Amino acid sequence: AVTRRLCILKGIYPHEPKHKKKVNKGSTAARTFYLLKDIKFLLHEPIVNKFREYKVFVRKLRKAYGKSEWSTVDRLKDNKPSYKLDHIVKERYPTFVDALRDLDDALSMCFLFSTFPRSGKCHVQTIQLCRRLAVEFLNYVIASRSLRKVFLSIKGIYYQAEVLGQPVTWITPYAFAHDHPTDVDYRVMATFTEFYTTLLGFVNFRLYQSLNLLYPPKIDGQADVELKPAEGKEYAMDSESYLEKLSALSASLARAVAPTHEDEVEMDEFPVEGETAEQLDARKKEQEALEKHKKLFEGLRFFLNREVPREPLAFIIRCFGGQVSWDKSLCIGATYDVSDPSITHQIVDRPRVERQVVGRYYLQPQWVFDSVNAKLCLPVADYFPGVLLPPHLSPFVTEQEGDYVPPEKLKLLAMQRGENPDEESEEEEEEEEEEEEEDDNDKEEEEEDESEKEEEMKLKKLEEQKTQSSKALPVKVTAGKVRLEDKQRLEQEQQSEEKRLAIMMMKKREKYLYKKIMFGKKRKVREANKLAAKRKAHDTAVKEEKKKSKKARRA
Amino acid sequence: LQDIRNTVGNIPMEWYQDFPHIGYNLDGKKIYKPIRNKDELDMFLEKMENPDYWRTVQDKMTGADIKLTDEQVDLVHRLQKGQFGDVHFDPYEPAVDFFTHEVMIHPVTNRPADKRSFIPSLIEKEKVSKLVHAIKMGWIKPRKPKDDTPTYYDLWAHEDPNSILGRHKMHVPAPKMKLPGHEESYNPPPEYLLSEEEKLAWEQQEPAERKLNFVPQQYQCLRAVPAYSRFIHERFERCLDLYLCPRQRKMRVNVDPEDLIPKLPKPRDLQPFPTTQALVYRGHTSLVRCLSVSPSGQWLVSGSDDCTVRFWEVCTARCMKTLPVGGVVKSVAWNPNATICLVAICVEQSVLLVNPCLGDKLLYGATDQLLESYVAPEEERVQPVQWVTATMEEHSKGVRLVVQHSKAVKQVTWHGKGDYFASVVSDNSNMQVLIHQTSKRWSQNPFRKSKGLVQCVLFHPIRPYFFVATQRYVRVYNLLKQELTKKLMTNCKWVSSMAIHPGGDNIICGSYDSKLAWFDLDLSTRPYQLLRHHKKALRSVAFHKHYPLFASGSDDGTVIVCHGMVYNDLLQNPLLVPVKVLKGHVLTLDLGVLDVLFHPTQPWVFSSGADGTVRLYT
Repeated sequence: AVTRRLCILKGIYPHEPKHKKKVNKGSTAARTFYLLKDIKFLLHEPIVNKFREYKVFVRKLRKAYGKSEWSTVDRLKDNKPSYKLDHIVKERYPTFVDALRDLDDALSMCFLFSTFPRSGKCHVQTIQLCRRLAVEFLNYVIASRSLRKVFLSIKGIYYQAEVLGQPVTWITPYAFAHDHPTDVDYRVMATFTEFYTTLLGFVNFRLYQSLNLLYPPKIDGQADVELKPAEGKEYAMDSESYLEKLSALSASLARAVAPTHEDEVEMDEFPVEGETAEQLDARKKEQEALEKHKKLFEGLRFFLNREVPREPLAFIIRCFGGQVSWDKSLCIGATYDVSDPSITHQIVDRPRVERQVVGRYYLQPQWVFDSVNAKLCLPVADYFPGVLLPPHLSPFVTEQEGDYVPPEKLKLLAMQRGENPDEESEEEEEEEEEEEEEDDNDKEEEEEDESEKEEEMKLKKLEEQKTQSSKALPVKVTAGKVRLEDKQRLEQEQQSEEKRLAIMMMKKREKYLYKKIMFGKKRKVREANKLAAKRKAHDTAVKEEKKKSKKARRA
Repeated sequence: LQDIRNTVGNIPMEWYQDFPHIGYNLDGKKIYKPIRNKDELDMFLEKMENPDYWRTVQDKMTGADIKLTDEQVDLVHRLQKGQFGDVHFDPYEPAVDFFTHEVMIHPVTNRPADKRSFIPSLIEKEKVSKLVHAIKMGWIKPRKPKDDTPTYYDLWAHEDPNSILGRHKMHVPAPKMKLPGHEESYNPPPEYLLSEEEKLAWEQQEPAERKLNFVPQQYQCLRAVPAYSRFIHERFERCLDLYLCPRQRKMRVNVDPEDLIPKLPKPRDLQPFPTTQALVYRGHTSLVRCLSVSPSGQWLVSGSDDCTVRFWEVCTARCMKTLPVGGVVKSVAWNPNATICLVAICVEQSVLLVNPCLGDKLLYGATDQLLESYVAPEEERVQPVQWVTATMEEHSKGVRLVVQHSKAVKQVTWHGKGDYFASVVSDNSNMQVLIHQTSKRWSQNPFRKSKGLVQCVLFHPIRPYFFVATQRYVRVYNLLKQELTKKLMTNCKWVSSMAIHPGGDNIICGSYDSKLAWFDLDLSTRPYQLLRHHKKALRSVAFHKHYPLFASGSDDGTVIVCHGMVYNDLLQNPLLVPVKVLKGHVLTLDLGVLDVLFHPTQPWVFSSGADGTVRLYT
């Protein structure tokens, strides 16, 4: 167990030997192999001694308990050996960028542990520490406005932030009680968390420093004063209320050095060698787009209803410069009331809203997420309460050529390019529907026509028969058909045949590889086609239903 | 009363199981076991009849049955209930204090109190004053409340590139978690939702095999989304991956599949070769097994399972003549000598030499004359076969000579000069291959020993070599020296057919395991190239006389024409390029093309199929 903990803390992983049979003494059974070098490296770790001390401590404590020597127990407990992982963090991540690259798992784990109940599964202190670190990180992301993508999955909410140029992705579970599985070894998770909390603490410190923020974070003075009188009575413990206030995410943080509007100074341009003007231009454009994205919700005032998940929404809105508030009884940190006339958007997740205030949009929470992913404020009409929502797409998928692209994504891409396909398509749809209606009418008319036509045809046939009998020539000359030779197609066919013949001449091994590659490609295409076909079937079904309901309404 | 106390002590009584006695009494005499000869029935009867059976116990020490008295039974009952053994013992009698709790007027001891109980202790005073002094001097401090919140500082303040361990360069960072796709959304596009069948298939798969570790679901609004039950599991699995999975840097070969295709000359540059189906020769009612074309290229003969041989005009696909032969035709061969008009036909046990009487009258008349000019030798020689002149009736049909074998004949093939021909008999003995001379009506058996089941034989076009293909090998014999010159390993399981390049240095072998082996006789006895074009067994292969072409027909119904250029320069290896796949034959009875043949002068190829047709591709 000690080795396991050491391996986790020091980041030692097994290796796959080159000759498995040789190493495994002839057997091919599955075993894990560590490098001897790695294990020797573990032996030199000073923390091993601390582990031993701890073992001794536990033994002594047990003995004291057994003898009911309570003063000894107290003394031992006071001198409980503790260890620090600072040097291991530094050793595993010699540069700060290394640490940022490995932050994904640390964040996910901390967010998970911070949602655990404070009983049983692990130490309360760990949970509190995780919560604190997670909140600190969220505050940093807000302060630096580095959130880029969010995604509502069925597993939880994914966030992606760009921290100092490194994409950091983490997932938070939905805020429900966990049903703790029995087949999970919490000790392993606790060991990981132990390391991750240390790592995250140092990373947070460094990140706050990079923004000239105080660490541990302090809420900005003015905001603090505003908050004070309201909660002074309700919250007895100062230390607790501090974290709560911080986790409300509504107040900005105090800076060590007063901001001197340096941000607005234009970035100096350092043309990199070998970079053409176009590339420079593209980069500039990208930069501008990024700045615009960062100020997506600037100037908007949001109000969160009590049924929507407060923390993620508040976090996202604040990350993009919006102002947010909620019901005072929901959580501390509410800055304005529902009745505030300056509210522009109210996030609502109920089928209908009874009393609507004029001058603000009532929207479902998905609008916020979709807008962030689309990098623009989407039209609000699709997201009104009670409306069937458009599909929520993953921002992490970048379609390559040949992949299946859902039509919603195409629409979105067009919108990002500045076109407005939405109206057109809607108009088209309407037109189509009208046409269809016309068609229906036509059909009925046609049916009438047809009966007339049939009679005419019969007459014609009779006439023809008469003429033929008069001619009485059994030999018939049918006009030859002109065969259209599509040159392009012919060429294509020829080329494909050449290819087929060349494939015949491949060597066995190459043929195998080729077939494998082609199989993979074909499977991809097949999957894409399958999705497209499914979509088509679904669309037609929906359309038909619409038509039926329309007809039913008309009838 | 006798005291029969056992003196063995507290030992397991099983030790005495096998002895007649059970121990020793006080006098040291053996105590014998009481005679027990009760069987089950007796026991049962006693149980039923003896009213005291229930209070009878066996004494283990003496082996005797003891009837318990009433008091003893009572004692047992009381002990079972958890009561005291003694009837008269009262566990609840009132306790009497040893010392009374009431204060008596007289003390127990009358000793006066010590003085030290009135004055403060000096030793304690000293101790206290020491502590007070220590506190005053600041030596003793109250315990600091322990602060176990971790402190953080700028760990990376001094990033020293020299302090990075060497092993860090070897470190393989763990791959990041896969980012979620559209299907993981709480409200995915409808095409990503699983249909009923897909869901069923998903459930039946092993959890490790599943492509997605969740079922995509659609929720109308965010408030309806439940917690994901496997969230902790997934985190845990990630942890396990991080510390238990071996990591490895794998170089992924990024091969463009187009690069793997060998660069071959374009078929267009290798023309002429047959490309399209030109004519279909219809008439046979059963599968057409064999084909042969006249050396002039004007006539075609085909033998079929419907017991007929048909003669066709090549250019018009007209059936000139139908010869019923009364048996399945296994092989036909037109005499390659242009001055002789003669066809050898294998029918069951005989080889018919037929003059088809087609074409130039002079020519076929001369052939008849040649055959009639035979003078039988004076002395009758012993021959393995019988040469019989055709009867009048047969003669009118065109049959001139009948060579009667002892067993069924499989194949017949002519020597290039047109005088000799070889026949293969389906037999196991050394009589499998026979060589016949037409002009002398003389046959001989060239082999003394059988080397396996002979599949086909072939004469070398120029030199006096003779090729014999058995199941797995092709043997090359020198007919003049009468010796084996070469043995070619085909690397196939079962050779079906064989053809020789007109130059005589290259051989192709088709096999039933759908391989075509090209041998360069100068190069090696192993195939120069093994072609696996066909999907099914090869039935027949053929070379063109002039053009660098060869063709193979297979059970998959296709004829593949390849360009096979042989260079005069010995150092240059032959160039083999497949140029055309010809389709046309319909699969019947799982058989496709049975025979292929090239036109002797034109780049045309004939093929006969199991569908009863012969096709010409030009």
